[in-house]
Amino acid sequence: MAVTAGSTAETVEAVFRIESARITAGVARIVRDVGIAEELAQDALVAALEQWPESGVPEKPGAWLMATARHRAIDLVRRRETYARKLAEVGRSLEDVPPPGPEDLGDPDDIDDDLLRLIFTACHPVLSREARAALTLRLLGGLTTDEIARAFLVSEPAVAQRVVRAKRTLAKAGVPFEVPGGADREARLSSVLEVIYLVFNEGYAATAGDDLCRPGLCEDALRLARVLANLMPGEPEVHGLLALLEFQASRIAARTGPGGEPVLLADQDRSRWNRMLILRGAEALLRAGRGPYSVQAAIAACHARAVRYEDTDWAAIAALYGRLLELTPSPVVELNRAVAVSMAEGPEAGLRLVDALAAEPVLRGYHLLPSVRGDLLARVGRDEEARAEFRRAASLTRNARERELLLARAAPSPSGPAPEG
Amino acid sequence: MPRFLTLIRIDEKNAPAEGPSPELQERMGALFEEITKAGVMLDTAGLTPTSEGTRVTWAGGKISCTDGPFTESKEVIGGYSIIQAKDKAEALEWTKRFLRTHEEYWTITAEVREIAEG
Repeated sequence: MAVTAGSTAETVEAVFRIESARITAGVARIVRDVGIAEELAQDALVAALEQWPESGVPEKPGAWLMATARHRAIDLVRRRETYARKLAEVGRSLEDVPPPGPEDLGDPDDIDDDLLRLIFTACHPVLSREARAALTLRLLGGLTTDEIARAFLVSEPAVAQRVVRAKRTLAKAGVPFEVPGGADREARLSSVLEVIYLVFNEGYAATAGDDLCRPGLCEDALRLARVLANLMPGEPEVHGLLALLEFQASRIAARTGPGGEPVLLADQDRSRWNRMLILRGAEALLRAGRGPYSVQAAIAACHARAVRYEDTDWAAIAALYGRLLELTPSPVVELNRAVAVSMAEGPEAGLRLVDALAAEPVLRGYHLLPSVRGDLLARVGRDEEARAEFRRAASLTRNARERELLLARAAPSPSGPAPEG
Repeated sequence: MPRFLTLIRIDEKNAPAEGPSPELQERMGALFEEITKAGVMLDTAGLTPTSEGTRVTWAGGKISCTDGPFTESKEVIGGYSIIQAKDKAEALEWTKRFLRTHEEYWTITAEVREIAEG
């Protein structure tokens, strides 16, 4: 047995990853700019990498980093003040944010509010969805631009630029570092939830590329949802989103076969569903509300509760999709409801609903429409038509793994089950 | 993001008889809250003494039961946690923070093991 202690550099990096969001948030409150705040946090990391190998890792490494970054932030604000004063002396005014007073420096231990402000700022609607996702993963998920690039299958420089531009946009728009109150609050919270949901989904149903699923991204999103639920325990829809993601994540291991091929919900080995995540989902669902994420979580719970596929309560799922349609009307939700109805009442009932959607322009090019229709046709014995639909679905999907599965079903053979993962 | 099971091993015979001090419980509570808020803690608990435990062994095709306390083991598991962290270095950092909440007269070994996924 060798006695090892990870190298100091490894320790410093681990400490920094744990603390970076909190430090960035605590510093952003002082400098009122998340871009500058992140740089100051990085500066503190560099200082630690220089000093700790000599001086040893401090007793409270997080507090050391925070204090270092805050000192630098206060210095910077003072320098700005001095600069503004000097400029004013030579008779020019400066459009600058008012320097923070001592009351703005806040209690270093009370960082939760700052973290929440950081989340709301990173998810501000002034930014594009891609920019929100990249910035949130960078500032709150602690991902490097390289990790984000790999997760979203884009180049590293593209992500770096996206992040830089997002910070600039926030600064230019003068987005205040705050959690909005009043009428604005709900819309802004939706924007935060949407970012986390989209990041999870990008990992869960990879829209392109060779892998069906990129679990790392799902876990990053799940962690963000867990953080948010702890920061906003009184928001039912936050718990709804958390419940939904815990349930979805519980199935990840069972969704791909040994060769990386997709395994349909009906065929999944349910003993591989993660019980701990299902329990966590059920716990979060108890605190959920009546909004769209909460309803989707309730649907996911129906699947999780079924020990065998045959035990699935499709009538309950169809009813929940009906409720979801009232909250967020969309052809995609209608398609899902059609699948549930076909399981509850028979394939003909489902087919009637799907055929009504065939003309829906939004679904043109959406591979799941022909995929579902093919499945229903196969179940009523219209095999030839079913295979044509599977061929069409295969030509529409951008995911290589899904295409293989669809082409296999387009070949003359007995048909499989519903297309939900 | 891997998950880690941390097994907290203590020497039951030499552990402080009065158990964790109120100050320790407070420090530990604050740390657990922090780990939970970071979205890292999935589950944690302390275990009752081995005098209340039983070992069930399968050997030679037979079941045998041994009631605690397990005096022949120098260290027994007194608690556990399951966390989800970016990597082992991060898991070790949280573990060190947990250990540092204890007074100097404690001797504890925390065994950090990655949970095999799939």
